[in-house]
Amino acid sequence: MIKKIALAAVTLALVGVAADAQTTTPRKGGTLRMTAPYGTSLSSLDIHTTPRAQDGIVAKLIHRSLYKWDTAANKPVVELATSVTVSNGGLTHTYKLRDDAVFHNGRKMTADDIIFSYTRIMDGSKGYPGARWIRNIKGAVDVEKNQAKEISGLRKIDDGTLEITLNEKIEPGFALMADTTSILAKENIESGNITSNPVGLGPFKFKEHLPGSRLVAERWDKFYKPGQPYLDRVFVLVMGEASARDVAFRNNEIDLSILGPAQYLAYKNDPDLQKGVFEVAEVFTRNMGMNPAHKPFADKRVRQAINHAIDTDLVVKRLSKEKAYRATSWLPLTSPAYDKALKPYAYDPEKAKKLLAEAGYPNGFEFEWMTSQNESWGLPIVEGVLPMLDKVGIKAKVRLVEAAVLTEVIPKGDYQAYLWSNATGPDPLAALKCYHSQTPRTACNYVGFNNTDYDKLVDAAGAADDPAKRLDLMKQANAMLYEEAPVWFFNYNKAVMAYQPWVHGLQPNATELTHQYGEDLWVDEKSPVAK
Amino acid sequence: MLLLTLRRLAQMIPTVAAVVLTIFVLFSVVPGSIASSMFDDGRGMDPQVMERKRKELGLDKPIHQRFVDYVGKLATGDLGRSFKYDVPVTQVLADRMGPSLKLTLAAMAFAIVIGIPLGFFAALKPGSLGDFGTMVAAVSGLSLPKFWLGLMLAYLFALQLKWLPSFGYGDGGLRYLILPAVTLGVSPMALFARTTRAAVLEIMNADFVRTARSKGMGEVRVVSWHVARNVLVLVLTAVGLQFGALLSQAVVVEQVFSWPGLGSLLISSINDRDIPAVQGCILVIVLFFLAINAAVDVAYSLIDPRIRYG
Repeated sequence: MIKKIALAAVTLALVGVAADAQTTTPRKGGTLRMTAPYGTSLSSLDIHTTPRAQDGIVAKLIHRSLYKWDTAANKPVVELATSVTVSNGGLTHTYKLRDDAVFHNGRKMTADDIIFSYTRIMDGSKGYPGARWIRNIKGAVDVEKNQAKEISGLRKIDDGTLEITLNEKIEPGFALMADTTSILAKENIESGNITSNPVGLGPFKFKEHLPGSRLVAERWDKFYKPGQPYLDRVFVLVMGEASARDVAFRNNEIDLSILGPAQYLAYKNDPDLQKGVFEVAEVFTRNMGMNPAHKPFADKRVRQAINHAIDTDLVVKRLSKEKAYRATSWLPLTSPAYDKALKPYAYDPEKAKKLLAEAGYPNGFEFEWMTSQNESWGLPIVEGVLPMLDKVGIKAKVRLVEAAVLTEVIPKGDYQAYLWSNATGPDPLAALKCYHSQTPRTACNYVGFNNTDYDKLVDAAGAADDPAKRLDLMKQANAMLYEEAPVWFFNYNKAVMAYQPWVHGLQPNATELTHQYGEDLWVDEKSPVAK
Repeated sequence: MLLLTLRRLAQMIPTVAAVVLTIFVLFSVVPGSIASSMFDDGRGMDPQVMERKRKELGLDKPIHQRFVDYVGKLATGDLGRSFKYDVPVTQVLADRMGPSLKLTLAAMAFAIVIGIPLGFFAALKPGSLGDFGTMVAAVSGLSLPKFWLGLMLAYLFALQLKWLPSFGYGDGGLRYLILPAVTLGVSPMALFARTTRAAVLEIMNADFVRTARSKGMGEVRVVSWHVARNVLVLVLTAVGLQFGALLSQAVVVEQVFSWPGLGSLLISSINDRDIPAVQGCILVIVLFFLAINAAVDVAYSLIDPRIRYG
C-alpha cells in the first residue's frame, strides 16, 4: 500500500515537472506579431542613419552591436565578443571577437567590420546619430573633422581581436550598445542595398518591408546562440494609433501592444487583460526646465517653491492616469544610483508661498511655458498644473510648439520654461554630467546649471575606481540636484506593454520596453500563428 | 476634345509652380528641421550631429539657391531624395500610391454605388419615410468623425462579428480594404445622396420632363433617359471634387487602419520636416486633383453634347 502511494506521489511529481517544463521550455516555431507604435512608418532600414525608438524595434531583430543591454542585470554586457580585457588605466579594451557571428549574407564577422562600421559613423560629411557614441574612441573626432581617414583608437590585432582605446575612463558598453552603432557589412552598404535589403548579425534576417505597414523578418539559422532564435518569423506591424492597437489586441490580431494612459486604466481594470500587462520604469525623466536667464528662476527658492506648489502625485494619478512614477530627483527608479531613501518634494502651497516671499516674489511672477501636444508630458499636463501655480501667485502663459521645435529651441536657451522628457539613463554618470557646468546647453545642460560643488562630486565619481564609492558619489550628486531643483521633477516614465498569454521571453528593458531581443522570444501552441 | 485636354494640362503648370513655391517658402519660415525632428523624443540628441545633418542635406544653403536647385531637378522629373527615408522621393511616393489609389477608388465606388441611387430613391418619393430616413443618414454620414466611425466599424465587424480584420494592408485584398473604404466613403456617399436628391427634384420639375410625360413616356424611361443624364452632369462636379480631396483626406482613416497611404506619409513628412517628401506628396495630390477635374470637364461634354468649350 505504502509502495503504491509512494509510486503515485513520484508519478504526480514527474507529471508536475513535465507540465512545468512544458510552460518554461521555449518552443521552437511560430510567428510573433509585434507592433511599432511610435508613428506611421519606419524611418530607414539603414540603422546608422536613425536614432528613433521605432527603428530600434527592428534593429533588435536584425542587427547587433558590440554590446547589448542585459535587461535582468540592468547593465551593458559584451555581445559580439567572448571576452574583454581592460588595460592602460581603463582606457584600452581588448576584445576577443566571436568567431561564430555570421552576417545574413553568409560571411563571418571580423574586426574589420567593426572598424568599418565605426569609421563610417564618424564620416564628417554625414549626420550619423551614432557619432555621439563613437566620439568616445580616441581619434574618432579627427575622422569627423576630416583630419584623418582612420580612427587611431581602433586597432586590429588579428581578424578575431580588436583593441579599442578610449579618450577617458568610462564604461564603453553604454555607448557601444546603441543601435546606431550596429555592426554592418561593408558590401551591403556599398552595393546600395542597405535601405532595401539590410544585412545584419541579428537572430532574424530581413524578408519584406511594406513602407507604412509592416516589416517581416525570418529566423537566421546561423545565429551564434545555439538553438536560438525560437521563432520562425517576426512581424513588426506599424500601428501608431493606440485605440486601433487596442481593438487589434483584443481581437488577437497582434501579440504585443504598448498601452497609452487611457488603455492602461482599462486593461488594469479588466480581470482577463490585466494578467497580460507588463510594466517597466524606463530611464526617462519628465521635467519642467527653468531657465535661470528668466530672473525668478535664477533663485533656488523659486525653483523649490514650484516643486512644492504642484501636487505632483495628483497630476500623476489623474492626468498621467498612473502610467508614470513620481520623480524624486533626476535619476530614475531603475538607475543603480537611485536613492530609495530620498523623498520627493511634498505638496505644500503654503511653503511655496513662503519661499517665494523670501525670494522677493510675495505676489508671484509670470513666465512663458513652452510645451508640445504630447499627452504624457505636454499640454494636458501644463493645463492641469496652471491652476496650482496660480494658487501661489505664479501666472504661466502657454507657448505650444511641435516636439521637433522643442529640440531646436531648448538647446539655444530660447525659452523661459519648458516641459519635456529627457533620457536619464542607462548610464547614470552620463545623466548626471548633463548638469556639469562644462556641459554646454547644446549637449544636455539645457538649463545652464552651474554649481562648483556639484561639478566636484561628478568629477570625483568619474575618477573613482571603486564601484561602491562611485555609486555613493553619484547618489550625493543626485541628492544635490534634488536640493538645487533646477527643474520641476515630474515623473519617470512607466512603460506598459500588453502581451497575449501565449507570448514568452519578454524582457523588462528599462531603456525602451518595445526593444525586445528577438532571440529570447517565443510563442506556445495556443498562439493563432503558432505554426 | 484634344484641344480641351491640352488646354487643361497647360493650365496645370502655373498651379503646380505656385504650390511648389508656397511649400518652399512655408518650410523656410516654420521652425524645426529634419535634424531636430530626428531627436524629438528626447533620446540621444547631439547638436554636432544635427549640424552635420543640416549640412549633409544642404539645409545650410540660402533658400533661393535651394529653390533654384529644386526647380532645376523638378524640370527633369527628379523630385529629390527623402530626408527621412534616404531614398528617392519617387520611390517613397510609388510605395504609397498603390494603396492610396486602391483606398480612394474603393471609397468612391462605395460612395457612388450607394449614394447616387439613395439620392434618386429619396427624390422620387419626396416627403416619404424613405426620403426622411435617407436624408437623416446623409446628414449623419457627413457629421460622423471618421476616426470614431472607423473604430466603431472595426469594433463591430472585427472584434464582435469576426468577419473582417481590424487593421492593416495584409495581402492588399478585399478583406483588408472593406472597412477603411467604407469609413472613408461614408462622407462622400452622404454628399452624393444629398446632391443627387436636390438635382433630381430640380430636374423633375423641368419643362422638358413635363413634356416627356405629356407625350406618354413611362416614368421609368423619363427618369432613366431624361432625368438621369441631366442629374449626372450636376452630380459629376461633386464626384470630381470629392475624388480629388479623398486622396489627402484619407489620413485619419489610414492612421486608424494602419493603411500605408499617401495621407499618413504627408502628415508624418510634415511633422518630420522632410521637405522633399512633403513637396512630392503635395505635387502628386495637386496633379491628381487637376487631372480629375480635367477629366470631369471632358466627361461633361461627353454626357451632354450641348456643352462645348470654346
